[in-house]
Amino acid sequence: MSWTPAEPMVSLKDVHKSFGTLKVLNGVSLDVMKGDVICIIGPSGSGKSTLIRCVNALNDIQQGSILVEGQEVNDPNLDKLELRKKVGMVFQQYNLFPHKTALQNVMMAPVRVLKQDKAKAEATARALLKKVRLEGKEGAYPGELSGGQQQRVAIARSLAMQPDVMLFDEVTAALDPETVGEVLQTIKDLAEEGMTCILVTHEMAFAREVADHIYFTDRGIIVEHGPPETFFKNAQDPRTREFLSQIL
Amino acid sequence: MSYKTDLPVMKPFKPREPEPLLGFRPWHIVVIALLVFFGPSLAFAQAGVPLLTPFAVLLDWVPLLLQGFIFNLAISFLAMALGTALGTLLGLGQISLSRATRGVSWFLTQFFRNAPWLVLLFFAMFLLPFEINLLGVSIPFPDWFKAILGLSLPVMANVSEIVRGAVRSLPSGQWEAAESLAYSRRQTLWLIILPQCVKRMLPPWMNLYSILTMATVLASIVGVSEVMTLTGQALAAEGGRPELLAPFYGFVLLLFFAYCYPIARFTVRLERKFAVIN
Ligand SMILES: Nc1ncnc2c1ncn2[C@@H]1O[C@H](COP(=O)(O)OP(=O)(O)OP(=O)(O)O)[C@@H](O)[C@H]1O
Ligand SMILES: [Mg+2]
Repeated sequence: MSWTPAEPMVSLKDVHKSFGTLKVLNGVSLDVMKGDVICIIGPSGSGKSTLIRCVNALNDIQQGSILVEGQEVNDPNLDKLELRKKVGMVFQQYNLFPHKTALQNVMMAPVRVLKQDKAKAEATARALLKKVRLEGKEGAYPGELSGGQQQRVAIARSLAMQPDVMLFDEVTAALDPETVGEVLQTIKDLAEEGMTCILVTHEMAFAREVADHIYFTDRGIIVEHGPPETFFKNAQDPRTREFLSQIL
Repeated sequence: MSYKTDLPVMKPFKPREPEPLLGFRPWHIVVIALLVFFGPSLAFAQAGVPLLTPFAVLLDWVPLLLQGFIFNLAISFLAMALGTALGTLLGLGQISLSRATRGVSWFLTQFFRNAPWLVLLFFAMFLLPFEINLLGVSIPFPDWFKAILGLSLPVMANVSEIVRGAVRSLPSGQWEAAESLAYSRRQTLWLIILPQCVKRMLPPWMNLYSILTMATVLASIVGVSEVMTLTGQALAAEGGRPELLAPFYGFVLLLFFAYCYPIARFTVRLERKFAVIN
């Protein structure tokens, strides 16, 4: 099972997931090619978070297949740690480690998990913090940073693992309006560098600008999808139209 | 990397005057306690009894009583250390992924948490041998050692609950962030979860320590020569004069108060400090 970039980097086929009796995903299929940026939008509770959390096995699925670089995620013998080295994730609530400085947050996983040399990991971490425009904040603890700054540390922390795919779950939803822009800019930079990204977002203008493909989910299925231009101008399904009319 | 402080996000804390209790300040209470304990003895002394005043008698015995008290403290340190080590393991057992480990740890925790300390002490005293033979070498189990074992059991159970509660109280996002960064469960626990728990565990752990310190006098019942045992012996040696009872036991009470009250104040301060951050 050797994967080549000609095949999708992430491929979901007929994914079903329930929490107890609550069916959250009812047969979701989507493909993400290397370097693609896809945005998943949809009403609250439609299963967007659940969907992307299945990709790095934070949630298990009951039926269907999820391939990440050709590796099956829906497999009881899956080496989750190996999978998660390839798939980075950023959360709505940042989830930085509050007892560690920004720099330590970023360099800890490379040192502890990837067993990188400390000096090398520190140099990489400093470069990443600079890249997310947080030079000078290396020694700050999360509690001393604004929401937008914390979220950028969280992005740097994920990037330090040199993932092949990045998952973003409504990463600007908890931010003050003033700091949303700086985080979106950071993601845009990443996308332009060719990082494969799966984003759940409510920022429609942003989705339109960066996404190669938009997926609209409702009640655990993908109702409609397409490139941003057609999607936003020519939505076919009434549910999509209603959602867009509410949010735009 | 620069570690400026362990507790970086703490806001500066300005200790407040303790709340007055019905208009009393703590030092009032101390003075009243002294009067209650020593007043009658002083009155006795002023009545011109030809014996040494109770206070003078007490002074003679102070060095021995202090020695006994230090022994109580030693018991409390060792029981706390042992109980904390075992309790941490048991607490981690309670959050283990293995159902069996969780079940056994839960049972042990509940069993020893809901047992009277004195009964546990008796069990340790009378069920443990006075020595054990290991490969032909006999290792004695003195009474004080058994007392430490007996007292460490309830400490263990309470620490187990403190650990479990602290781990539970952390937001699940911390686990998820660690998982998504490919930390193993063990790494997540030791590098990310437990270091954050230490702060939360400190106040209840110190509370427990105070309670344990006061419970060390239970060891007198099973014959360990700690401060209560020695006080009893001192009183007997003085011919059981009834006017000596209050000063002697009052002195013991003061010793414990002087030791435990500052711990309690400090615990309250820590609790307030952590409440500010969370
Ligand atoms: N761990 C869980 N246990 C039980 N039910 C859950 C769990 N996580 C999510 N759900 C339920 O699954 C459904 C989908 O949740 P999900 O978080 O994926 O929605 P979402 O599309 O991300 O919504 P939002 O836009 O509000 O974030 C919801 O009904 C939610 O209550
Ligand atoms: Mg969500």
